[in-house]
Amino acid sequence: MELIQQLVNGISLGSIYALIALGYTMVYGIVRLINFAHGDVFMIGAFVGFYAITGLHLGFFSALLLAMAVCSLLGVLIERIAYKPLRNATKIAALITAIGVSLLIEYGVIYIRGAQPEAYPGTILPDKKIELFGVTISSQSILILCTSIVLMILLQLIVHKTKIGKAMRAVSHDAEAARLMGINVDHTISATFAIGSALAGAAGVIFGIYYIKIEPLMGIIPGLKAFVAAVFGGIGIIPGAMVGGLALGVIEALVSGLGYSLWRDGVAFIVLILILIFRPSGLFGKNVREKV
Amino acid sequence: MKKKKLAGVFLSLMLTAGLMAGCKGGAQNTGSSGDGGGDTIKIGANLELSGGVASYGQSIAEGLELAFEEINKEGINGKELELVKVDNKSEAAEATNGAIKLISQDQVSAIVGAATSTNTLAQVQVAQDNKVPLITPTGTNPTITNKDGKVNDFVFRTCFIDPFQGTVAAKFALDELKVKSAAVLIDTASDYSKGLASAFKKSFEENGGKIVAEEAYVAKDTDFRATLTRIKSANPQFIFLPGYYEEVGLIVKQARELGINVPIMGGDGWDSPTLVEIAGKEALNNTFITNHYSANDPDSKIQEFVKAFKAKYNKTPDGFAALGYDTAYFLADAIKRAGDADPEKIKEALAQTKDLALVSGVLTLDKKHDPVKSATILEYKNGEQQFKTKVNP
Repeated sequence: MELIQQLVNGISLGSIYALIALGYTMVYGIVRLINFAHGDVFMIGAFVGFYAITGLHLGFFSALLLAMAVCSLLGVLIERIAYKPLRNATKIAALITAIGVSLLIEYGVIYIRGAQPEAYPGTILPDKKIELFGVTISSQSILILCTSIVLMILLQLIVHKTKIGKAMRAVSHDAEAARLMGINVDHTISATFAIGSALAGAAGVIFGIYYIKIEPLMGIIPGLKAFVAAVFGGIGIIPGAMVGGLALGVIEALVSGLGYSLWRDGVAFIVLILILIFRPSGLFGKNVREKV
Repeated sequence: MKKKKLAGVFLSLMLTAGLMAGCKGGAQNTGSSGDGGGDTIKIGANLELSGGVASYGQSIAEGLELAFEEINKEGINGKELELVKVDNKSEAAEATNGAIKLISQDQVSAIVGAATSTNTLAQVQVAQDNKVPLITPTGTNPTITNKDGKVNDFVFRTCFIDPFQGTVAAKFALDELKVKSAAVLIDTASDYSKGLASAFKKSFEENGGKIVAEEAYVAKDTDFRATLTRIKSANPQFIFLPGYYEEVGLIVKQARELGINVPIMGGDGWDSPTLVEIAGKEALNNTFITNHYSANDPDSKIQEFVKAFKAKYNKTPDGFAALGYDTAYFLADAIKRAGDADPEKIKEALAQTKDLALVSGVLTLDKKHDPVKSATILEYKNGEQQFKTKVNP
C-alpha cells in the first residue's frame, strides 16, 4: 500500500514538473536556447493566480486562465526584448541573458512586494479525502492531475493539428528552410514562447493550490528540476518532457519513501548526469550527428 | 550559478566591511571613554525583517519599539535609548554583515538579535571580537552562549534553551497525552531543529517512550508527502516536529491530508500567524507547542503588556513580540545598573541579572548566560492558541 501511496505522491509532483518542462523543451526545440527565466515565469503565474483569487475573488479556472494569459504575454515580452536581438549572437550570450532575465524577475518581484511568503487560501477547491484500498488521495490532487493532463492534450492538439503547430514544427526542424517556405519565423517563435509560458503560469497556479506557500524565489528549484526532466525525456521533444517530468516526480517520491529524503534533490541531479553520460539525447531523443 | 554570483558579491562586501571594522575599532574606544556618547544610547537590532522567517523579526521589532517608548518616558540615568534596525533578510551571511555595520558604523552599545539560532550564531564571533554585548531574544540553541565548554562572555539571551523545550515536550507527550511511541521529523538545515529533537529523543526514551521513525527534511522543501507516507507506515502515536512555521505549516497540512491524525507537537518556531494561513485551521487541531508565553495567560503582568501592545498595534502579541519587549527591559535594567553606555560595563551588569520580573517569567541568568524560567504549553484549537499549562524548570 505504501508503494502505491508513494506513486500517487510522485505523480502529483511529477505533473507539475512536466508542465514546466514542456515550456523548456518547446523553447529549446525552436531556438536552441535554455530559457533560465522559465522558472520565474512559473513564479509570476503563481502570484498572478494568488492576486486574482484573493484580490479579484476569481474562482480556480478563471484565475488559471488569467495567470496563463499574463504569463504568455510576459513570455512574448521576454523573447522580444531580451532574446530576439541576440538571435544571431553566440549561444553563450543568449544563455547569460537568460540568467540575467531570471535574476531581474526574481529581485524585481522582491523589490515590488518584498520577500515574505504568501499563502493561497485553502478554500478555492473542495478538499475531500478519498480512500481507495488504503491509499489516501485528496480531491485536489485529482483535479490538479486532470488539469495538467487536459493542458498536455491541448498542447498536443495545437502542435499537431493546427497551422501554427505545423509552423512551429517546421521552424524547429529548419528555421531557414521554413522562412523560404513563407513561414513567419518571428511570429512562430513568439507563439512558442507564449504557449510555453502559459503552461508555466498554469503550473504556478496549480503549485500554489497544491502547496499553498508561494514566494518570489520559489521558481528556482522547480525550474531546475523541470530542466532535468526535459533533458531526461530528450530536450526539444514534447512527449519526452511529459514522461520526464512524471518520471522525475515518481523517482523523487520513491527515494524519499525509502528513507533517503535528504538525498532527493541529489538523486534528481544524479539522474541528469547519468542521462548526459549514457544517453545525451535523452530517453526519446534520436542520436543526430552534429553537422559540420 | 546564481549561488556563486551571490557568494562573490558577499565576499567582496565582507572584505570591505572587515577593513572598515578594523579601522574604526580604535576610534570607538577613545570616543566612548571621552564624552560618554551624548544624550542617547544607541542600541542595534539585527533582525529578520524580510525573508523566510520575517514574521519573527517583525514581531520582535514591534515588542522592542513598544518597550523603548515606555522606557524613554522616564529615561535611563538621564539618557534615552535609540533603536537602530538592520534587516538580515533571514540569512546568516547578512546577519554577520549587519552586526559589523551596527558596530563599526553606528557604534551601538549593544545588539539585539537575531530571532533564529542560526542567524544569531553568525554574529557571535563579531560581538566577541569587538567586545559589544549581543542579546538574542529568541535564539534557543545552547551553543550560542557556550562553545566547547566555554562561555561566550559577550553573548546573552532572553529565552530558555533548546534542551529545555525538547524535554518539556517529551514530558508533556508521555504524561499528559499518554503516548508510548513517537516519530521525529527534523529540519537538518537548522541548528534549532536538531537541538530540540536530540533533547526530545533523549528525554522521551529515558522515560519509557519509543522512537519509531526518524526522518529529515531541508528548509525550503515543499513536498513532504513521501516522507510522511513513510512515517505513517511506522504508525507512531505522536509526531515531534521541531521546525519553522513555513515548512511546519505545509507538513501539518500534508500529514492531515494523508490521514495522519495523531497529535503533532513543536517548539516556539511554530509561533506565527502565517502557520495558520498555510496549514489551515482544521489541520492544526490536535497540535501543541512549547512557547515562552501565552497571551491568554491570566497573569497580571502579561495582561498589562497585551493591553499596551494591542493599543499600539491593534493585534495580539505573539511570543516573539513578548520576548522582544522583555529583551528591551533586560537591557535597560543592565544599563541602569552599569550607569554608563560602555559596552564592557553593560556586559558585566547583564551577567549579574537576578530575579528580574518580565512578561515571559522571572528571569535569573545562570553561569552559562542562560535564563532559568518557565515554559508554557499551548494547544491549537480552530487556529487559535489556547493556554494549556505552564512547566517550571
